[in-house]
This record gives sequence, structure tokens and C-alpha cells, in this order.
Amino acid sequence: MTTGNNAGPPSNRTFLGMPQPADPLRWGPSFPDAARRELGNDQLRRNLGHATSTIRAKRAKVVGEVPDWEALRDAGSALKAQVMDRLPELLEELERNVTARGGVVHWARDAAEANRIVAGLVQEAGTDEVVKVKSMATQEIGLNEALEAEGIHATETDLAELIVQLADDMPSHILVPAIHRNRAEIREIFLDNMGDAPPDLTDVPRELAMAARAHLRRKFLSAKVAVSGANFAVAETGTLSVVESEGNGRMCLTLPETLITVMGIEKLIPRFTDLEVFLQLLPRSSTGERMNPYTSMWTGVTPGDGPSEFHLVLLDNGRTRVLADEVGRSALHCIRCSACLNVCPVYERVGGHAYGSVYPGPIGAILTPQLTGESSDLPYASTLCGACYEVCPVKIDIPSILVDLRAREVESGSAGRGWGAAMKTASTMMSDGGRFRRAARLGRAGRILGGRGGVISRLPGPGAAWTASRDLPLPPKRTFRDWWAAHEREKTGERAGDDRPRPGDGAEPR
Amino acid sequence: MTTARDEILGRVRAALATGTAGPAAASSTGTPAGSTTTSTVPREYRESGEHGAGSAHVLDLLVDRLEDYKAQVHRVSAAEVSATLRRLAATLSDRDHVPERVESTGSGAVPRPDTAERASGAPGVVVVPAGLAAEWVTAMSDGGVDVVVDPPGAPLTPSDLDRAAGVVTAARVAVAETGTIVLDSGADQGRRAISLVPDVHICVVRADQVVQTVPEAVRRLAHHPDRPLTWISGPSATSDIELNRVEGVHGPRTLQVVLVG
Ligand code: SF4
Repeated sequence: MTTGNNAGPPSNRTFLGMPQPADPLRWGPSFPDAARRELGNDQLRRNLGHATSTIRAKRAKVVGEVPDWEALRDAGSALKAQVMDRLPELLEELERNVTARGGVVHWARDAAEANRIVAGLVQEAGTDEVVKVKSMATQEIGLNEALEAEGIHATETDLAELIVQLADDMPSHILVPAIHRNRAEIREIFLDNMGDAPPDLTDVPRELAMAARAHLRRKFLSAKVAVSGANFAVAETGTLSVVESEGNGRMCLTLPETLITVMGIEKLIPRFTDLEVFLQLLPRSSTGERMNPYTSMWTGVTPGDGPSEFHLVLLDNGRTRVLADEVGRSALHCIRCSACLNVCPVYERVGGHAYGSVYPGPIGAILTPQLTGESSDLPYASTLCGACYEVCPVKIDIPSILVDLRAREVESGSAGRGWGAAMKTASTMMSDGGRFRRAARLGRAGRILGGRGGVISRLPGPGAAWTASRDLPLPPKRTFRDWWAAHEREKTGERAGDDRPRPGDGAEPR
Repeated sequence: MTTARDEILGRVRAALATGTAGPAAASSTGTPAGSTTTSTVPREYRESGEHGAGSAHVLDLLVDRLEDYKAQVHRVSAAEVSATLRRLAATLSDRDHVPERVESTGSGAVPRPDTAERASGAPGVVVVPAGLAAEWVTAMSDGGVDVVVDPPGAPLTPSDLDRAAGVVTAARVAVAETGTIVLDSGADQGRRAISLVPDVHICVVRADQVVQTVPEAVRRLAHHPDRPLTWISGPSATSDIELNRVEGVHGPRTLQVVLVG
């Protein structure tokens, strides 16, 4: 059994999970402290390195097959901008159409209100158990914990969510919440905590998947209430959509009598035919498949087919705060594909837990501080290398938003939990390091997008954009590693000449 | 008293008003990504493929993509459909198709009722929707297959479906480029549960239903957008373990596609 090595954090046979926090958007130590802890975890970095390189290769291959990829990105980006512009009328249109088809629409200003609504609906349905489809919105509001407090048990049915739930852990990736676990760890978690895992279970992925199938089958067949999120909601028709792989989503959306869907107000798309854009962008960007195995679409209630009761909970929880910021607003365009996590050199090295939010990685670094409206060091958790923007299917200019958020931190005089003046300097070094390395990075981005004659149609805008508009000092030749070392020195009281290995050695962000 | 609805819509309106009326903060980004005044959407992407629905190229592509994602494909003429279904369905009824190890070790302490019945060797029934072509149903029945029609008024329970060996349905549209079949719950496809719970899904797709691209399929489906839709690309799968794709989780572990024409 492999566990973290001697230099790593404490680990034993039962893998330590990240305990459930009180606030899913703000937990754990500050980013630099958490990152330092995670950088000591070799097992984590191996798991992540393996998983993200696998997914990057798959994504590159299937994106390369699409001759009109850039045109699809342009359409996706423009559609999402249009949705934000027309949000009030589109929300009302959605509500009207869902209601006309027998659904019930609820509005929730914040997490507590959404949780109260869902708990009340489950109690009305007369049950104390629900099955759940993986959903970032319900992670964000801490629904499972809120339901538990009301005596309602929620079972996660997505394989990775199940792994996280059984290990009493927190998700570390928005698509594959258990990406920090390798197959051997997953086997241990199942054997220790599933209750009905076959004793001779091996760590062959297919066997692990079959154990999950057997474990959840009866729950699906007898569930009265399911809770889901939604990938898209079509204002024009009131159609909701869930994109998934395993069939757990179909089970939850089809078999129970009551379906409760919790959805951020930004998930709208105007017209049914706009699905043709997002159903091409999302699967190739997220799991690197031409199409995910299953996508379900439903419109209100259909007599004789699926749940007889449908509730849609529309969630604000900070989204209107994000919307009010003209620069940061496009963070709401995110379709949660996770491509930006998979290409991020910082994410790959520190893992999702270091971000202290259910939204980690580049999107988390811009979304989390805007949703909470609080001072944060997350905007510094980036080398500004631009890879996230290059892969984003809806062209969110993450580097520019990061720079803007940093500038705001500096202007407001808040330095993010204890970073201080030295950190601002470090952030500049990191920016410049990223800028300095952009040329090298481009070669890589070209391969990521690759398959079209190796031609990059356009140089990445964000670097040019922010370097043109920001009055930054000329770049010293600094890298993420140097930034890191500077932070460490500040932290440990400057141990000059220290010859212990630095975290960045031998693993330069690419 | 302000309702949550009014308050949220009010916040949205206020946020947008601030954004558009305020000084042009967006100029600092210098890119159109954050632009808020986009009212036209550029649609330069392919709205259809270069090959027509049902053309040889499109059919070949569909087969390639289906097989790449581990679906089994049977290409037949219209005259051969009945015999093909009879053969495939008979194979299901004949044997316990479920991988032995998985079901038999699926529970340590809790006996699973369906395991006991499968182990007893009772041949599983094959479920069909009420509107499936009568000649196909007859052909399967004549071939000794225990065919059960999902009765519209008194639908089979999830447990009934769980005991079934498989299901046979038609389809609404298929996308060649992505290897996708879409069911829209029409009478020859049935409600969503019947093509979900049984472990083998046999799906009949006509050549004229196969289009090249996603937009072509969406536009066909847009005629009845309110029908429950299920997009299926291969058997159920997961990428949750080290991001490697593993086929066969909660949905049907076997997808057989009978492509006609
Ligand atoms: S920001 Fe873009 S790349 Fe990142 S998860 Fe969202 S849509 Fe995907």
C-alpha cells in the first residue's frame, strides 16, 4: 500500500480527508500556507500530475478534431455575455415556462435560504433520505450538511463524490472531486467505509466502479426524492439539462417521485438551439470526450415519465455581487468544465484543497473572492501564464480578472490574510515570471489546442491586454519558484543559504 | 414585504445598471471577453455538416464513433431488423449476461434480492415500449423471447425493470461526429426509465435519423423541445478514477446499436 512518503504530511492506512468546513467557500489556512502544506505531499502531486496529464492529452485530441472550435468558443462567449445582459427577463421567462409545465420555481437569496427550501421540500415529501447528482451549487451552499442537521441523509451518487463523501473529505476538483485520490486509495476508502464492498476488491478501476454500482443500485430503485444541479436551463422552453457519465444522473432525474434542482441564476441560456453550442464545448473541454455518455433534458413534469413533482431553486448567493462588477462579471460565464484547472501549473502542484473553496484552480481564484466579496489571497494563486484563458471554452479572460482583483486588493489596502507588503512584491515577481515564460508556455498551449497543423490561430490576448494597461515594472527574471522561495523566506524568517530542497526544484511549472 | 424573487431580480437589475452606466472599467481588460453589450451572437460555426443525413459517410462515421466508445454495432438492411432483434434478444434471455463476479460479490452482509433471482437462472424478460414496431415484437416472441410491453397505464416498477435482461427501443436522431443517439420518449422509445434500468440496451436507429453534426440534431429535436430527452454516447462510463474512462457504471453496461440501411 502506497501512502505519502516520509517527507509528506501524516498519512496512514485510512487516508486523511479534508474535514467538512463551516463555509464551503472559505475554509482552511490561507492559500500560501495551505499550498506549502500540499507541496510537501508527494503522493498528492503524483496523483494530480498523472490525472491532469491524462486529461490534457485527451482534451487536445478531441478538440483538435473540431474544425470550427474557435467559432464555437466565440459563440459560447457571446451567448453567455448576452445572458448576463438580459438576465432579468430571461429568469422571468424561465420561471414562466417551468411553471407552465408543472414545475415549481423557488428563489433563494443565499445558501441558508436555499438549504431551508430544499429541507422543507424533502420533509414535505415525507422522507429522510435523498439521492444526489453531483452539483457544484449544492456543494457551494453546503446542502448535505444542512440536510443532515435536519435529520435528512443525502447520498452522493457520482463516483468521485461518493469517494469524497465516504472519506469524509472535501472535493479538490470541480469535475472529478476525488482527483487527488489514486486507485489504491480509492480501494482502501471503499473497503473501510462503504459497508458492502466485496472483501476481495482489487484496485482495478472497473472493479471499483462495479462496487459503486452494486452499492448504489437499491438506493436508486427505492429513492423518493432526488436533488440535482443543472448544467443549462433554457429560458425559451423551461428545459433543464444535466450532463453526466455514469447514469447516476439519469437514475436520480428519472426514478424518484420528486426532483429538486438547485441552480445558480447564471446557468441560463436563451434558446433551445443554443444547446448546440454548449453541448459541443462542454464534453470536449471537461472529460476530453466527443460527447459524454449521458445528457438528460427535461421540461417541467411529463405525466407518466419521470418525477411527478419538480422544484427548481434559483440561487443568488453572491452572484449578483459578481454581476455588478463589469470586469469580474464574466466569471459567471463559467460552464464548470474544469479545463482551466487541468492546465494550471499552480493547481497541478498544490491541488484543489489549497484554495480553501469548493471552486479551486483558476476559476476558483476569480470566482471565490467575488462570490464572498471578501479580501482574499486567491488572486495571487496564479503565474498569469495564460493557459487557462487559452483552453476556456467560453473564453473567460481569467488572467485579466486576476490582475484586476489584485489591483483592487492593493488599492483597498487589504493585503489578503497576512500577506503584507512583501507578498505584493512577490506577486509582482510571479506575474513577471509568468510573463517572462509566456513564450515557452505558448508552445505548450499550441500542443494543447493542437491537431490543426500545429497552427495557433491567435496569440493569447490576456498577456498583451494587461501588460498594455497595467503600469508594471519591467520583469526581473523571476519565476513561480522564486516567488515561492521569497514567500518561504518571509515565512521562516529568512534562512539564507538554506540548502533544503525547495518545493519548485525539478518541477518547474510548464 | 419583499420576496426573495423580487429581491434577487432587483439586485440583478441594479447590478446591470451599475455596470452599464458606470465609467468604462472594462477598458482595463482590453479584451471583448468581459464586454457586456453583446447583443448579437456570432454563429460562424458549422450549423450542418458537409454530408447529408443517412449518407454513407455519415453512417460510417457513426459506426466508427460508436465503436470507439465501446458500443456494439450491427449494420443491417430493413428486411433484416426483425431477425437481428430476435437473435440479440434471444442471447439475452438465454443466459445471465451480468458479469458473475460483480453481482455475486456485490454485498458482504446485505443480500441483494435481484442477485438471488438472477442466480436462480430465471431467464430475464426483454422490455419493449408500447409503440415498438409490432413485427419486431412478434419476431422476438416467436423466437422464444419473453417480451414484456411496458404498459402505458400501469408502468413496470423500477424493480421489475431491474430484473429484466434488457430493453429494445427505437431512437429519434443520432449524431455521427460524436457517436450519440438521442431518445425523445416517443411511443417507440418509451419513458426514460425503461432504457435506463435494464443492463442491456438494444437500440434501433434508421439511416435517415443519422445526421453529421450536433446542431443538426438539436434542430430536429427543437420540434418537440418539451419531451424528455436522453442523449446516449456509448454505454455508461466513468472517468472518475485517475481520469481514465471505464465503461459500465449505473446505466446499461452494454449498448447494442442496430443500424438500419
Ligand atoms: S473558467 Fe472556463 S475553463 Fe475554467 S471551468 Fe469555467 S468554463 Fe471551464
